[in-house]
Amino acid sequence: MIGMFIGLLQILLQFVIFVGGTLLVLSPFYYAVLASTERGDDQTFGSILWRIAFWVIVVLICVIAVFPFYYAIMTSFESGTAIFSPNLLPEMISFDNYISVFSGRNFIRSVGNSVLIAGTTVVAALFLAVTASYALARVRFRGRGLLLMTILAVSMFPQIAVLSGLYELVKLFGIYNTPFALMLSYTIFTLPFTVWVLTTFMRDLPIEIEEAAIVDGATPWIIITKVFMPLLWPALVTTGLLAFIGAWNEFLFALTFTVSETQRTVPVAIALLSGASVQEIPWGPIMAASVIVTVPLIILVLIFQRKIVAGLTAGGVKG
Amino acid sequence: MTSNTAPRGADQGPSLQQQRARAAFWFLAPMLLMLLIVAAWPLFRSISFSFTDATADTIFNGQAQWTGFDNYIERRVRDNGEVRWRGVLLDGDWWNAVWNTVRFSIASVTLETTLGLLVALVLNAEFKGRGLVRAAILIPWAIPTIVSARMWGWMLNDQFGIINHMLQAVGLISDPIAWTARADTAMLAVLIVDVWKTTPFMALLILAGLQMIPRDMYEAARLDGIHPFKVFWRVTLPLLRPALLVAVIFRVLDALRIFDLIYVLTPQSDATVTMSVLSYREIQQFGDYGEGSAMSTMLFLIITAFVLLYIKLGKVDLSGERSK
Repeated sequence: MIGMFIGLLQILLQFVIFVGGTLLVLSPFYYAVLASTERGDDQTFGSILWRIAFWVIVVLICVIAVFPFYYAIMTSFESGTAIFSPNLLPEMISFDNYISVFSGRNFIRSVGNSVLIAGTTVVAALFLAVTASYALARVRFRGRGLLLMTILAVSMFPQIAVLSGLYELVKLFGIYNTPFALMLSYTIFTLPFTVWVLTTFMRDLPIEIEEAAIVDGATPWIIITKVFMPLLWPALVTTGLLAFIGAWNEFLFALTFTVSETQRTVPVAIALLSGASVQEIPWGPIMAASVIVTVPLIILVLIFQRKIVAGLTAGGVKG
Repeated sequence: MTSNTAPRGADQGPSLQQQRARAAFWFLAPMLLMLLIVAAWPLFRSISFSFTDATADTIFNGQAQWTGFDNYIERRVRDNGEVRWRGVLLDGDWWNAVWNTVRFSIASVTLETTLGLLVALVLNAEFKGRGLVRAAILIPWAIPTIVSARMWGWMLNDQFGIINHMLQAVGLISDPIAWTARADTAMLAVLIVDVWKTTPFMALLILAGLQMIPRDMYEAARLDGIHPFKVFWRVTLPLLRPALLVAVIFRVLDALRIFDLIYVLTPQSDATVTMSVLSYREIQQFGDYGEGSAMSTMLFLIITAFVLLYIKLGKVDLSGERSK
């Protein structure tokens, strides 16, 4: 008992040291950012120095954020022995890796599976979520707060906690190793997420619009479809995109509920892409496949970046 | 259909409020039914399995026996009278996984919050090219976890990885390190990848909080000649607290259930196996639905307890109801 107590105390001490150490190491950086942003444009030696420090931090952030993906792209264009010499610029441009990825017919199938599954799940979730979030955002009823909390709790579920129960359900429905198994199971996180984000969006719509419609004798259904829907389109696109990314990236269910290579989704296909032995991991094709599935996502995210940031803050949920 | 079954008021029909409440019920019903099927029922079944000796074979033919708490802790008396205790709660592997999950969560959330705050402060400043920086930090967030695990797995490769190459070039290490395979560096590798991928998300959440703080507060402080660090400490941080708390709780919940990154980056490593990974192994690889479900149930309980504690202590307004 005393041993356990001392053990806990040690862990607590380590924690304090870790947090303190992190803050200590980072404080010059904080200082540089704060000092350079608050001082304006005066030309004293000190503030010029802080501004240089600020720009160093900016460059550092960009390089760290972008470099790994750049390196993956570079690797994907190298083949043969060139791939095994680490360098910052490609020694050659070859499409061998891309050809090998596309000639394995299962990869294209995996992309198709992922698009189909993520697309269907998101459309279904949005369909159910629009009416539900209207009720949650606009109608007062008892237990609304509790219901909202429950929905949020479901989206924060550890997926492993439902895995065996869901496995039984999937087998029971006879949809094991089919796309339907994943469409059904992905609802567990796409539905609460879309309901949650759409509820926060709808709460912010002006009440006057709704009151005017009620005075005109509109039923709730008319209010949703005729009054709110036109206003909600941007929110639907954002929420749908975020939920799509979530479903596209999901791994645990996809790994558990599919067995044959033709039924795999992209993340599982990439995770299980391996050679005959540990020494022969086909890094080139893996990087090529990674680039293929990531580039469309990055383009989408960059196009919709402002809206995505708004949606993320409303949902507070990691994509 | 609803109007026929519902009791009607004298001759006025149901009041507007009643009518809306009834509509709300029908609007919510499909969603609730769906969540009941895909979330509540499987959770109930998983918890039930944890009290049985179910395996991959007996799970469907109904031969799984009810064993009470035996999966958690069990007292066995051998023929020679020797008493042995077993069960997940006495399993060294389980406690190793708990410890890994806890230290991963603490370290990753600390690093992501502090670094995210730094990035958010940078993005909150006004400078040329801010949009470009924001676009750049969105890239790690947009990359699927599995893809980033593989990308970093390649960069951290012991023989051909660029990280070893760079570190050797600067002279920090003399021999290449097998980052993902070695017991003492595997967790570090996982942390690097997770921090790289998730810091942008934290930064964006914190940035949203920062932008809620009125600008004229800073102006006033600057005119009074108060040091920027003091402004940050006295004004920015306290006002940022609610946004920071919500961001941290979401991250902790996410970190506690981590599975995919570890499964792909450091498979089979005892130094990084977490509760989710161990439970998955038990269920999928060994077909032991009883013990695997016992583990996942405990993870569920830990997360639930954490949420309740956090709501109580932090008074976090997660549902946004009170602010309305």
